Amino acid sequence: MSSELLGVRAVKRQRRRRAVIESWRVYRRNLLGMIGLVILVFFVAIALLADVIVPKERLSVTGATGEAFAPPSAGYPLGTDELGRSILDLVIQGSQISLTVGFIATIISMVIGSLIGIAAGYFEGWTGAVLLRLTDWFLVIPFLPLAIVLASLLTPSLLVIAFVIGITTWPGTARLVRAQVLSVKQRPYVERARALGAGDAQIISRHILPNVFPLIFANTVLVVAIAILTETTLSFLGLGDPFSVSWGTMLEFAFEAGSISLGAWWYLVPPGVAIVLVVLAFTMCGYALDEVLDPRLRSR
Amino acid sequence: MPGDPARIFTRLSRVSPSVIEDVRREFGLDRPLFVQFFDYIGDTLSGSLGISYQFARPVSEVIAEAVWPTVLLLGVATIGSTAIGLVIGIYGGWNRGSRTDTSSLGFALITYAMPEFWLGMLLLLLFAVTLGLFPTSFMSTPGLEGASAFARSTDILNHLFLPALTLILALLGEYALIMRSSVMEVMNEDYVLTARAKGMREALVLRRHVVPNALLPVVTLAALNIGFIVSGAITVETVFSWPGLGQLTFDAINANDYPLLQGLFLLFSAAVIVANLAADLLLGVLDPRIGRT
Repeated sequence: MSSELLGVRAVKRQRRRRAVIESWRVYRRNLLGMIGLVILVFFVAIALLADVIVPKERLSVTGATGEAFAPPSAGYPLGTDELGRSILDLVIQGSQISLTVGFIATIISMVIGSLIGIAAGYFEGWTGAVLLRLTDWFLVIPFLPLAIVLASLLTPSLLVIAFVIGITTWPGTARLVRAQVLSVKQRPYVERARALGAGDAQIISRHILPNVFPLIFANTVLVVAIAILTETTLSFLGLGDPFSVSWGTMLEFAFEAGSISLGAWWYLVPPGVAIVLVVLAFTMCGYALDEVLDPRLRSR
Repeated sequence: MPGDPARIFTRLSRVSPSVIEDVRREFGLDRPLFVQFFDYIGDTLSGSLGISYQFARPVSEVIAEAVWPTVLLLGVATIGSTAIGLVIGIYGGWNRGSRTDTSSLGFALITYAMPEFWLGMLLLLLFAVTLGLFPTSFMSTPGLEGASAFARSTDILNHLFLPALTLILALLGEYALIMRSSVMEVMNEDYVLTARAKGMREALVLRRHVVPNALLPVVTLAALNIGFIVSGAITVETVFSWPGLGQLTFDAINANDYPLLQGLFLLFSAAVIVANLAADLLLGVLDPRIGRT
């Protein structure tokens, strides 16, 4: 046993590495999960390189070079919008905003959801009960109207939109985390830690958090999908940041500019397809991760 | 807070500051925010939802006019999507791994990933604009008021088809997925094994033992889904200019019509709470195990 020669920390690190390698091995066998991952890598790469592929000037309203509402052609592979800008350029630039808002919103949602979920599961008595009621209350309230009310009260900007989405999507995560904490809390090592004199903070950070983290991670991937869809809807309703192009604001502009009655399908289809692909990819990755983390699902 | 209501109200005319002050006073906007808050609570409890800034009429009146189109649209969409979704789910769960099962699973995932208003815009572009099969907007053709009841109802159905189809397609995937996993779960229960062991025909096992039990979680989901359906209605009604609560919400956002938004939000929340309560009571009736505890 070579591990006896290593320090505790090195053993831990080695064990963690082995767990990651093992999870990746299981994940790789999941076809849908791999397809989702490839699509995601593709879109993230586009979002990161957006400014290189499409210089920002090409999106300027006054410097547009094409004709308005021109169908796809050699110069404009996906046609132009009502101002004569290339749709392809807009979709590429839009990936940046849509993904950024999606990720920021997800981080906000996961932090709130995890904190409240852990606290609601860990602390018994009235603290847990109050937090659980709060979660239920947010879960039942129709979240789009709530998001609309919040977004219309605040001045629109990317951060505001991300904040609104984050604050309305956390309850699902909180319920999930709470259920897991309730089960982890009963395990012998938690009791042992407490018997050895560990405080609440120590138990939560050393024992509870590492055990609920995989679940939080798998859920995060699904929440990104919801966040991106919500950003699209809010932007479509005119609550997005008017100064930046996302796939949602593109659909809003397409709708407002009357592209439906003009039959300008090239304006409507690309941003929607991009949204569907990204959301689908996140969902597929999320299900694949669920399967990796929950061996009971593997046979299905 | 974007949009000072008094300014919106007097936007089109050049008015003196004193008029703006009057408007503020009339709507109670000159008072401290927390006083306004308690005013709102008090008014709401006594049944008054305030005056819409946009229409200058009581919010309750404006909402009442838009309720029925939404109830019609959402009613048709809910019935259609649950019926089709359940059938797909039952079939998929019962014949797991069959070609129909995998393709319907893929379909459900794709419709889940689709913003419902985008689906609506595509259907509108294809069937109404390009093919000209259906009207593009509103709930009825203007000038048909004097026509026979039959002509008017077919006209409404004609207008209803595309928005209802959009919502049905957007919603049925989730029902199919839940029903599928619920059927798969129930199929592992002992009583299904018993039914088979005593020689019951497969079709009868499905109808008598599997489906009734698998339906239970779907009832809860349908109630929780009301909130989601309402959200779908907001954007889909906007796309099709359907004169319901969703379109009203869209207009209220764009006009910063806060009293109307408050009223709509109250109504949506109440609808969700009532639907959840109804589902809980219904579950007690459908599932005797719950009633007894």
